[in-house]
Parts: sequence; structure tokens; C-alpha cells
Amino acid sequence: MATNINQKMTDMTLVQAVTDALRVKLREDGTTLVLGEDVGKNGGVFRATDGLQEEFGEDRVVDTPLSEAGIVGTSVGLAVNGYKPIVEIQFLGFIYPAYEQIMTHVARIRMRTMGAYSVPMVIRAPYGAGIRAPEIHSDSTEALFTQMPGLKVVCPSSPYDAKGLLIAAIEDPDPVLFLESMRSYRSSKEAVPTDKYTIEIGEGKIVREGTDVTLIAWGAMVAVAEKAALEAAEKGISCEVLDPRTLYPLDRELIATSVQKTGRAVIVHEAHAMGGLGTDLVALINDTSFLYLKAPVARVTGFDVPVPLFALEDHYMPTPARVLKSIEQTVHF
Amino acid sequence: METTFPMRRIIGDDGRIVDETMKDLLTAELAWRLYTEMNRIRTFDRKAINLQRQGRLGTYAPFEGQEASQVGSALALEADDWVFPTYRDHGATLTFGADMVKTFLYWNGRVEGCVPSKERHIFPPAVPIATQIPHAVGAAWAEQRRGTQNIAVAYFGDGATSEGDFHEGMNFASVFRAPVILFNQNNGYAISVPIAKQMNSETVAQKAVAYGMPGVRVDGNDAFAVYFAMKDAVSRARSGGGPTLIEAVTWRYGAHTTADDPSKYRDQERSRDKADPLTRIELFMKERGIFDEERAEAMRTKHQEEIEQAVAEMERFSKPDPNDLFDHTYAVMPAEVAQQKADYFTLRGN
Ligand SMILES: Cc1ncc(C[n+]2csc(CCOP(=O)(O)OP(=O)(O)O)c2C)c(N)n1
Repeated sequence: MATNINQKMTDMTLVQAVTDALRVKLREDGTTLVLGEDVGKNGGVFRATDGLQEEFGEDRVVDTPLSEAGIVGTSVGLAVNGYKPIVEIQFLGFIYPAYEQIMTHVARIRMRTMGAYSVPMVIRAPYGAGIRAPEIHSDSTEALFTQMPGLKVVCPSSPYDAKGLLIAAIEDPDPVLFLESMRSYRSSKEAVPTDKYTIEIGEGKIVREGTDVTLIAWGAMVAVAEKAALEAAEKGISCEVLDPRTLYPLDRELIATSVQKTGRAVIVHEAHAMGGLGTDLVALINDTSFLYLKAPVARVTGFDVPVPLFALEDHYMPTPARVLKSIEQTVHF
Repeated sequence: METTFPMRRIIGDDGRIVDETMKDLLTAELAWRLYTEMNRIRTFDRKAINLQRQGRLGTYAPFEGQEASQVGSALALEADDWVFPTYRDHGATLTFGADMVKTFLYWNGRVEGCVPSKERHIFPPAVPIATQIPHAVGAAWAEQRRGTQNIAVAYFGDGATSEGDFHEGMNFASVFRAPVILFNQNNGYAISVPIAKQMNSETVAQKAVAYGMPGVRVDGNDAFAVYFAMKDAVSRARSGGGPTLIEAVTWRYGAHTTADDPSKYRDQERSRDKADPLTRIELFMKERGIFDEERAEAMRTKHQEEIEQAVAEMERFSKPDPNDLFDHTYAVMPAEVAQQKADYFTLRGN
């Protein structure tokens, strides 16, 4: 990580930090291309690519036909032949036509050619519930992608992390799925360096230090965990909040160190419980820290039902109250 | 098979007949029916936009400008047919017989809005583009296997023709001669992407050639042209003649959804240059001497009242019930989900 203290900073939202990262790489690397539905003239439905076509031209920032398989499939060909595609999938819930391309080709070509071919690319996708979006727009299916060897999965929770991680993802030699929480896009601003910097993929961070229990959360759930941590503090419970930031590969060391210190863990994710990344985290903690545990590792997750239409979405999502209850049960086990 | 696809029109922008062969079929009764249904759904559409602005409805996808396409096609169907709409086709589904209160509920984030009425086969709106096209083909195929005369219609936009599901659905429809109408509304845009960037073919209709089925291109703002093109396709399907692709060339006057700002990508000032489908049929009726302002006024009042009442019912509707979050995923609830449900209600304190 290369943030020097004299850097110029600007307040940015998460979505502005994404745009800024794209601008940095489009300027610096002539092989980068931004591809997607409505990313050009419209600047993206969330304005994540706002102004980029004006600055870099229709040749570099391309409005594609409406076809996710087409976008990702042609990106495989572009990537293997000298370009660096940065794809926007309009919503994670619409990525499935491209699923075959990602699962079978994007993630696997390096292995199938023993490294002779690789397809470094970034697939950005807004995800998650909580903004009263129309039906099917609100899924949080990161675990479908963390089980794709060959693909990295990144999910920033703050503007600062978003910029540094996106630049790192674009520079990564392997394909990266970059998940952007819609709920966090404009929820807060933070001072972000205007110049280039990177955050290492695979490095988590401690968002809040504590001693009694480790809360592990990413994306929009970091804010929920922090809120629960504040409420727990009033009850005399000290929570450490850990954001892995990269969902594959996980920061084993940071997680193990934190859990070994607190002896307890509560994992919070928006995705369904069954097969969610929480189960892998439980396994990781089991493998690394079993003898340090004072209580079973708990999970607070979305329920094992499809993400509902928005009238019920607040009932589906983990809330600070649900997290707090789990914290108390864990601490008083 | 036709390989060029001129746009068929029956009445022109000024309401005058351009296809004299159809003259006798343009009855006063049909004109009033089309006009009335178009007015009804336009009133609904404008109300929905207003409700969204007031925070009484969620993000909404308006269809103003596309009334002739939606009404003309839906009126050519029978009650036992199947409709597979998108999020922009509630004008068509309301005309076909969907419940208006439920239609409002859908846009208020209520799953009740997806539940079809017992009298009509209407699939919930397809949100992922083009995915409904194979569904319609399958439902039509089922009717054919059972030996009924019923047919199915898939509604979809111009952007949808870029997805694999469109091409796969077309091919299945053709191979199995399914009694299905693939009804495309080419409204010029897929969000911000104009049709010229979406495809390099001159028309959507010509894509039918590749699949060996009839392709028809009509003026989608001419309610008569849409209605009769659909009638033809429907009777071909009912009599074992297989599928038809219809391209209704129309225009979306407003935004893609209430969350969209069309001035980012087109000159909205000019968005109404294309002749309004309601004005057009009204001009036709006036020209023919069958228009009656008093009757029209009574019709407008009736629609206003119907819509106000549906809004009131939507707003009186029972609160969202968290039980519905858990109760409908499987026929028999798995123990895991039952436990999650119990935990949820324990935390809430009931
Ligand atoms: C598979 C998929 N990709 C992307 C989207 C996001 N999206 C919603 S509507 C739309 C444009 C659709 O255009 P068109 O098919 O022409 O229909 P229209 O909205 O104009 O009626 C897009 C890209 C989606 N819903 N589904």
C-alpha cells in the first residue's frame, strides 16, 4: 500500500471512488477498455462511468449490445489478445447469462493452458438489497463466485478501499469479480487520495478494534456490524469489526489473529445462510483457531429464501438488532 | 418467405386511411374499443408516475407512447391464452384482464402483485431481459401437445433481441412449430442504447428469416395495424401454422424508469415527434364522423374513477406480512427455514 501523507485528498462517495479508479487506469494504460450496457453516453445506471466516454472516447468506453454472455465472452477474446477489459454488469442479479463464460472460461483458461494464456479482466457488479430496487435487482450471490477456482472476488465497503482495490484488481494478472454494494454507493463520503494507489487483494482490515468478539462483515454489512458494535459497547461488550475486503482469497492470517485474540466470532452476511461464505469462514476459524474459541462461531445472514420484493427486504436483511442478539448469545455462551 | 420488411400501416399520422383494403374492417366499434383501452392504460401510467414522485410507489417503468402496441396486441387474444410480459407491459396485461390493484401492488414492492388472477394466465413480469421468451414457447408447446387452440405471447423489447434467450426461444418455437407469438416492441431504446447500436440489422422482423418463421413489421403506433397483424398471427398459430415474430415499431416518450434521466442520452424535447397513438386514432374517428366528445369525456371520467379506486385499494391493502418471506419458497418448508422463521419471530417478540 502506497499512500503517502502529502497526497492530495478529495471527499468521495464509493461510486465516485470507482469512477476515479477507472479514470486513473484508462489514462495510464492504453489497453484498458470499459465495456457494458449503458456505460458510455449514459455514464452507467449508477453513474459509475460518468464522464469517461467524453474523456476517453467511444472506442475505449463502449456501450455494448444487451448481452452479458456476449460482453464477458468477447472479453475473454480481448483479454487473451492484448486488451484489459473492465466489464460492468448492470446488476449482479443479471450476471447469469455470463455465468458459463465466467465459470468455464474466465476462471479456467490459465489452468487449461498451463499459464500460456490468461484472461486478466475485471467484472464490476453492483449488488445487494436495501435501496427499494425493483424485483430481482437485490441479490447477494458472492458465494456462487468464491467457489470458482481461478477467479478472485473483491468487495469494498468504503470509498478509500474501493479506489485502491479497483486499481489493484485492474492490475491483477488474474480475473477479478468486483462487487459494489448499491446501498453503500452514496451512503457516505470519505477523503480519498486523488492520485493512484493500490490496496493489496487478499488483505483484510480491522475497521474497529475490540477484545470480546470479532464481527466479520463485508460490503453493506460492515456498517450494520459497526452499528451493532456501538450498541454492544453500551452493554459493556467490546467488538472488533473485521472487513476481509477480498472474499477470495481470504485473509486467513488476519482472521485467525483476531479470533484468537477475542476467542469469539460472529459472521454477518446478506447472502443466504446455506452455502454462504459464512460457512467457509466457520471452517477457516475451526482450522486455525479451534482451541482459542470460548463459544461456537455464530452467523447472522439473509434467510434461505429468495430476496423478496422491496416491501419485505428490510425483514430479509441482517439488522443491527439481529447482530446484537447474536453477539450477546456468543459472549454469554 | 418475405425477406424485406416494409412497415405496415393502416392509418397515417393524420388519422387518414393509408391501406384502403382494410377500410371495411375499421368499424366504429373496434375504433372505440382500441381508443378506450388506450386511454385507460395511459391514465394508469400517468397516475403511476405521479404516485412514484410522491413516494407512494417504488421505481416505475412507464410505457407512454406504446399504448397502441400493447392494446392492439392484447385485444387480439382470448381469455384462455397465455401472456408472458416484461416490466413495461402492464398496459398489455391490464388490457388482457390483469387486476389493477395487483398491478399497483407490484410496483409497490409487494409480491401479491405477481400473483395472477384465476381467470387469466399471466406470468409475473420478466425482469431479466429475454428470459420469458422460452417460457412462452414452452407454454404454447404444452397447449399444442394437449391439442387445444390456445396460444401464448411473449412480449419483449428491442434490447432483448441481443440476448441468447431470444434466439434460443425463436429456434425452439420454429422447430416445434409452437403456437406462440413473439411480440417485439421496438421502442427505439434499451435504456440509453439506441437500436442502431443494439444491432446491425435494419429490422427486428428480418430475424425471423433465420428461424424459418414469418416476420411482420408494423407501425406500433397504429392500433389498427397492430391489432390486425396480431389477429393474423394468432389465427395462424391456432390453426397449426406455428410461430410468428412481430416487430411493432414504436417509441417510449418518457424515461426508461422513474430512476432514469433520458436527457443524458437523447433530446427529450424531440421525444414526442412521433405521432401519438391516441391522437392518431382520435383523428381517424373524427375524420370518419364516429367521434363523440361527450362519450369520450364519460370514458375519461370512468377511467379516472377506476384508477383512483384502485389506488385507494392499494393503499388500504394489508401491511406486508413477514410470514410471506418464509412461506412460499417450497411446497413443504424445510426444517432449516422453519428454524430461521421461528428465530425471526422470537427476536421480534411474537
Ligand atoms: C439480463 C438483464 N440484463 C440487464 C438488465 C438491466 N436492464 C433492464 S431494462 C434494460 C433495457 C431493456 O431494453 P429493451 O429490451 O429494449 O426493453 P425496454 O426497456 O425498452 O422496454 C436493461 C439493460 C436486465 N434487466 N436483465
